[in-house]
Amino acid sequence: MIDTAVLERVLSEALRNGGDFAEVFAEDRSSSSALLDDTRVEELSSGRERGAGIRVVAGETTGFAHTADLSEQGLLRAAEAASAVARGGGGGVRTVALGPDGPRGVGRAGRAAPTTGSKADALELLGRADEAARASGKGISQVQAGFGTSTRRVLIANSDGLLAGDEQARTRFSVSCVALGDTGMQTGYETAARTLGFELFDEVSVEELARTAASQALAKLSARPAPSGELPVVLAGGSGGILFHEACGHGLEADHVVKDASVYAGKVGQLVASPLVTLVDDGTVGSEWGTFGVDDEGRPAQRNVLIEDGVLTDYLWDYLRARKEGRVSSGNGRRQSYRDLPMVRMTNTFLLPGDADADEIVAQTPRGVYVAKLGGGQVNTATGDFVFGTSMAYLIEDGVITEPLRDANLIGNGPEVLKRIDAVASDFSMTPGTCGKDGQSVPVGCGQATMRLTGVTIGGTAE
Amino acid sequence: MSTTTDELRGTRPGGGTDELLALAERVAGWARTGEEVEVYVARGTETEVRAYEGEVESLTSATSAGIGIRVVTDHRLGFAWAGSLDGSVLEGTLAEARDNAAFATADEHVRLAVPDGVPAVEVDLWDDGLVDVATARKIGLALDLEARTRAADPRIRQVDSADYGDVSSEAALVSTTGIRSSSRKTSGYLSVSVIAGDGDASQTGGGFSVGRGFDGLDPDKALTDAVTRAVRLLGATKGPSARSTVVFDRRMATALLSIVSSALSGEAVAKGRSFFAGRVGEQVGHPGLTLVDDPTDPRAYGAAAYDAEGLACRRNALIEGGVLRGFLYDTVSGSRAGVASTGSAVRGGYAGTPGPGCRALTLAPGPEGYDEAGVLAAVGEGLFVQSLTGLHSGVNPISGDFSVGAEGLMIRDGRLAEPVREITVASTLQRMLLSLEAVGADVEWLPGIAAGQTLAIGDMQISGA
Repeated sequence: MIDTAVLERVLSEALRNGGDFAEVFAEDRSSSSALLDDTRVEELSSGRERGAGIRVVAGETTGFAHTADLSEQGLLRAAEAASAVARGGGGGVRTVALGPDGPRGVGRAGRAAPTTGSKADALELLGRADEAARASGKGISQVQAGFGTSTRRVLIANSDGLLAGDEQARTRFSVSCVALGDTGMQTGYETAARTLGFELFDEVSVEELARTAASQALAKLSARPAPSGELPVVLAGGSGGILFHEACGHGLEADHVVKDASVYAGKVGQLVASPLVTLVDDGTVGSEWGTFGVDDEGRPAQRNVLIEDGVLTDYLWDYLRARKEGRVSSGNGRRQSYRDLPMVRMTNTFLLPGDADADEIVAQTPRGVYVAKLGGGQVNTATGDFVFGTSMAYLIEDGVITEPLRDANLIGNGPEVLKRIDAVASDFSMTPGTCGKDGQSVPVGCGQATMRLTGVTIGGTAE
Repeated sequence: MSTTTDELRGTRPGGGTDELLALAERVAGWARTGEEVEVYVARGTETEVRAYEGEVESLTSATSAGIGIRVVTDHRLGFAWAGSLDGSVLEGTLAEARDNAAFATADEHVRLAVPDGVPAVEVDLWDDGLVDVATARKIGLALDLEARTRAADPRIRQVDSADYGDVSSEAALVSTTGIRSSSRKTSGYLSVSVIAGDGDASQTGGGFSVGRGFDGLDPDKALTDAVTRAVRLLGATKGPSARSTVVFDRRMATALLSIVSSALSGEAVAKGRSFFAGRVGEQVGHPGLTLVDDPTDPRAYGAAAYDAEGLACRRNALIEGGVLRGFLYDTVSGSRAGVASTGSAVRGGYAGTPGPGCRALTLAPGPEGYDEAGVLAAVGEGLFVQSLTGLHSGVNPISGDFSVGAEGLMIRDGRLAEPVREITVASTLQRMLLSLEAVGADVEWLPGIAAGQTLAIGDMQISGA
């Protein structure tokens, strides 16, 4: 994308006014998407963007500038703008020499290059999904199916001599359905997303996604209002992983911790969860949605154990926060695009499976709520209070899953809820998600096996 | 056909929109016989300063630009965009949009907007002052905001962010169907987020001040709001479950109206994704509920002269006296419904395509004296909500199911009483519109697509301890 000699000159320019650290992050992303709605292919879209973000760190201050102009002059202008924060900080000529070959990522580490499908191939999949959803029941009144794929090449060079790169192909397919009945409308949604090219569809059946989305919408037509108040909750394997993403994942991000804006600050070595909880964040897992070769600061992705048998073992780190503590990044410095500063972000965050039987857990729950699918969540890291929404839930009565429930949010406090986990099964699975923080979105994975919380507040309307 | 149009590389907003119009016109001029082409070009600059513990934590300065092209051939739509106005990307972007069109389903309603004769109401959204202010003054304002917030109250134990930011942007839209429009706007903000501590317990609050220019930004407003919100929640406990009237403060009311707005989109209605579909002329809300979208009001944060297809923005009455009057349409959704566009197309920048949406919703205000205190006094007993979470995960604008996390204070004897947290409030959007008990006269144009007005809604289920 950019010559090494140019990168060296730009980094030297960035440190001309002083400063402790300079970095060039260059990105070239192309994406395409197709949308089928109301039985018609309504829109095919293609996009391309490339540019670079340049950061200069001087003491506690970061200067940042970005440009879509990857010529040497364009990069030098951005370097000058970013270095404005270091004015008066010594300066002088500093030569930056980049190392021979730093970490290289997914696309270069021997993995097969991602395959691409034609536009016609994508449209055929959309048509098949639409047909399968509509064939699921007369109540299905509307179907939308979407396909999106992107290739993101990144190049990172910094004044420590690091030169690293990655190529990330990501593909997703989603189906959303509306069902119409006497009680009004209900919705169902299912998505598959992997760090892969078109070979996603070797692993995923679009018909199956469509039928799952349709069956949720249809089931909820006869749903009763969700209960109001505290009840035991059994979370099915997969999307329940978002519980950990919200209940503690964000609170373990070092940028919150170092500002004392996390309920988990100062708790390393302490018991913060049920002994059944071993929580891992791992950017190297297969082709999960949060997987990459190197992070957006050039660190290779790695596996980090955050909680082991209930004891907090470590936080997640990026370059800046790690440097402050005299340690190295844990490979969690990520950014939405070259226009953004990196932050501490999760990758694939999951609870290690236990040895209980999923059916047994339900059978041993006299009354409660069974959540088959979660929709999303949100947390306040400083108080630990979080919500997560159900998009398919059922009542458990006398140990049996019975009636479907209308959508509701569940609310809890992270440190309290983590201690209320009393059963974890072995039926582990992962689910993709989009994590938003401070205005930046990045792809992440969440995972867990079927598990039970002894009590959570359910925000339904039934008294 | 020109291939060396790189004169816009590195130029900055503030130079006027003429060169953007000229560029859009040149690209639209490359249309082939039998195809309609619409070219949207935009560029902007931004500054962002974050202060922390008396230092600049980060300073971002950047410019960006891009182009989005729609091509319609034989009633098929294709779209492509690029994050650059460099001469080298323009032809490729048009070619890609053209190729994409070939794959879409032919649909008689798919077309580009044509001028409809409605004159645009010019709104002045540009403040030269913001563009000209030296970066040092912007940094100074952020540092001042942070320092004063820290000193504002002994219970503030952390200011986790104190930001200054501004954006200036220009855009032009030209089509082969006769559309030619341009716009430019500036906006600045101060925002601060705090953690209040009292023993082990922490509570958070945020505040902001927004404006078109630099001089109108008010650090006192931002910090007072943040500090008040955090401090008054100290000691909050999980409130009891109950069925109750809920008063939403102005910020939360803006969020609620924004959600309702998606059910007023003509596209959602046409595709059977709105609980308002087929109900025009029916009583869908309390008789006191009158809802209007009026982007020609220059006070509105979302004010605009032209919509995203280049038609004049206009005032649209949506609900009057609780009776549903109509929906918002762009050209395609209007055609599908057999009506003209209401000038309501919106788009998320050059990388997105237009669709119908609101820009400036307001409710007809309640009686004089209905500020926050007035509404609380009128309600007497209930729950006052100052923050909501899970609006994306617990509100379904298609089914209407509504269940969100909340923080706030109990209302007793018409006044704010003890704080509560970790509760949910639930109902359905349909029932909430009918159960409206009071609308504030305290209209404040907050960031977003709807005004802030204190709202009281009856018969909501609170889940807590």
